[in-house]
Amino acid sequence: MTRLRFSWTRIAAGSGCAALVSTLAFASLDELARSEALPAFGDLDSIEARTQGCVTCHGRRGEGTKSGYFPRIAGKPAGYLYNQLVAFRDGTRRYAPMNYLVGYMPDPYLREIAEHFAMQRPPLEPQPPEQVDPVLSARGTVLVTAGDAQTGIPACTACHGARLTGMEPGTPGLVGLEPTYIVAQLTRWKVGERHAAEPDCMQRIATRLSDTDMKAVAAWLSRVAPPTDPTPVSSNLVRMPLACGGQAVRP
Amino acid sequence: MTLGLRIALVVVVLVVIALGAVDWMLPGRLPARMRSDPGQAVTARLIERGEYLARAGDCVACHTAPTGSMFAGGRPMPTPFGALYVPNITPDDETGIGKWSADEFYRMMHTGVSRNGTLLYPAMPFASYTKVTRADSDAIYAYLMSVAPVRQRNHPHELAFPFDNRDLLLGWRTLYLKVGEYEPDATQSAEWNRGAYLVQGLGHCAMCHTAINALGGSSESKAFEGGMIPNQNWYAPSLTSNREAGLGDWDVKDIADLLQVGASHRATTYGPMAEVVHDSLQYLSDEDARAMAVYLKALPQRQSEPPPTSQARLVDPTVLETGRKVYATACAMCHGDEGKGHPPAFPPLAGNQSITMASPVNSIRMVLNGGYAPGTKKNPQPYGMPPFGQLLNDQEVAAVVTYIRVAWDNSGTPVTPAQANDLRRLLPQ
Repeated sequence: MTRLRFSWTRIAAGSGCAALVSTLAFASLDELARSEALPAFGDLDSIEARTQGCVTCHGRRGEGTKSGYFPRIAGKPAGYLYNQLVAFRDGTRRYAPMNYLVGYMPDPYLREIAEHFAMQRPPLEPQPPEQVDPVLSARGTVLVTAGDAQTGIPACTACHGARLTGMEPGTPGLVGLEPTYIVAQLTRWKVGERHAAEPDCMQRIATRLSDTDMKAVAAWLSRVAPPTDPTPVSSNLVRMPLACGGQAVRP
Repeated sequence: MTLGLRIALVVVVLVVIALGAVDWMLPGRLPARMRSDPGQAVTARLIERGEYLARAGDCVACHTAPTGSMFAGGRPMPTPFGALYVPNITPDDETGIGKWSADEFYRMMHTGVSRNGTLLYPAMPFASYTKVTRADSDAIYAYLMSVAPVRQRNHPHELAFPFDNRDLLLGWRTLYLKVGEYEPDATQSAEWNRGAYLVQGLGHCAMCHTAINALGGSSESKAFEGGMIPNQNWYAPSLTSNREAGLGDWDVKDIADLLQVGASHRATTYGPMAEVVHDSLQYLSDEDARAMAVYLKALPQRQSEPPPTSQARLVDPTVLETGRKVYATACAMCHGDEGKGHPPAFPPLAGNQSITMASPVNSIRMVLNGGYAPGTKKNPQPYGMPPFGQLLNDQEVAAVVTYIRVAWDNSGTPVTPAQANDLRRLLPQ
């Protein structure tokens, strides 16, 4: 067995990620005190109490925090969340604060954490209206809902679900994500910094997206109205346009 | 005798003495007493014991690269002198240690000399492993020979001049290496002796918990007095000072839990110590964990550092008020209004030496980056602390760390926003 192990040298070795964002999300301590970004739990002997290490970035129920980068994890398929936790632990997905926090966790616990956040259903907040260039907006609509056959880009909805709430077991929902996060992840895929299980469909798609395409998709997604049903769609109900390793059924 | 003959004689004598000295310092040959018992059969039991001992020695932590095969080496190890690349210790004949004999393996463990006679850099803790018995070394050898060989060439070290010259190690060895197996102290219990053997030998605790000086050595007179871990920027607390992690007033059970479980009623492990617990100490038997605890508890307590003066403990009242407010807002939920925590889930801060010790580095890092205790056999679902670096500015971080260092009769000293800022620049690790 080759157990990939995370260590501090790995972070120092190659991560292109910045340290924690330095801009503070809250103007004052009073504002911070009213936020959902601080620890709070009921029963000490619970998965809720054990995952307090996640809340200052991802929120108490995984809803994400308004710092512009930390993603919503609530309601994403457990398989996807588990794959990310394993990748952060083993250093195959690099973001130093995450690599550090989950560095010494066994698989069954990571599975439990993934299932905990997959079950959360915090409400999606309507996004504040934002002025978007009409050309960019039109391109976003095309890419998300129809894709671009000429450049071989499938619609986001083809894999991430008609409501963009993801697909079991390994494709994440895209609703509730901040544009900065979406652009950053697509870029990391494109430059080869982020990988998924082979065949890595997202890598193939990201390399076909221009910078403008990424902005268009991110802007469109950040303005989409919250779906009434936030549940991910069932596994492989539809035939996916590209083979994705993340969807492979694991024993 | 002519003058010329006398001079020649003196020169010859000096050369012989010099050669003898070099020969003595370069332990290239294998003294006869090191020969192993050729009748020793490699049994499944011996291999199993070797695996247990290899874990106690934490070989895997350094000899396995982040994405590499077990024991195949290649992991870069940054040191103040440049990067060392850890060698392949799988039994591959060409690139690993497949052709090593048990004698050669023991000589390496015991004296820090490789199979081909080159001197090892002291990143390999042979100054500790020298204490390991011949029988234990043979068991580890048998285990390493039993793992899958991996063909992977060793990466050359990238050391700055003059440290790339291994001859300099002769000086280091003269100063810091005392070759010799552990010798039991007849005045102590068998348990204490077992603990001492593990702590001083395979555990190589002194590598972090004894300060490393400018020459990369740790002096015996300062054993276990604590120090900054080079390149990792965590502070390894003193094990001998009651002001730091001195364990004199701890229950043996709490010490053993800290080592083997990773969390106890007195404190919790994070950072580099969490790695040690995860990779090594969690696999210890209850008896061995307890033996180490018994030995550590009995380490002589030194009053090397006087408690801070009341002058040094003075805190600006507005800073204290900010700290109190941050604590009540962000920390009290888990650590309690009175800093008592919910041990072993959330550690106590009141009366916790790791909060009040002279170096505030670890406390500041925990506030900035959070941390999880390691997931271990006895604590498979560890609790953790979230990062606050993105929510609190340097003034608030300094204020809250100051607050927990002086509140509830804690005897620490205030920290400055500049200290928080320095550590904010580092990546979490």
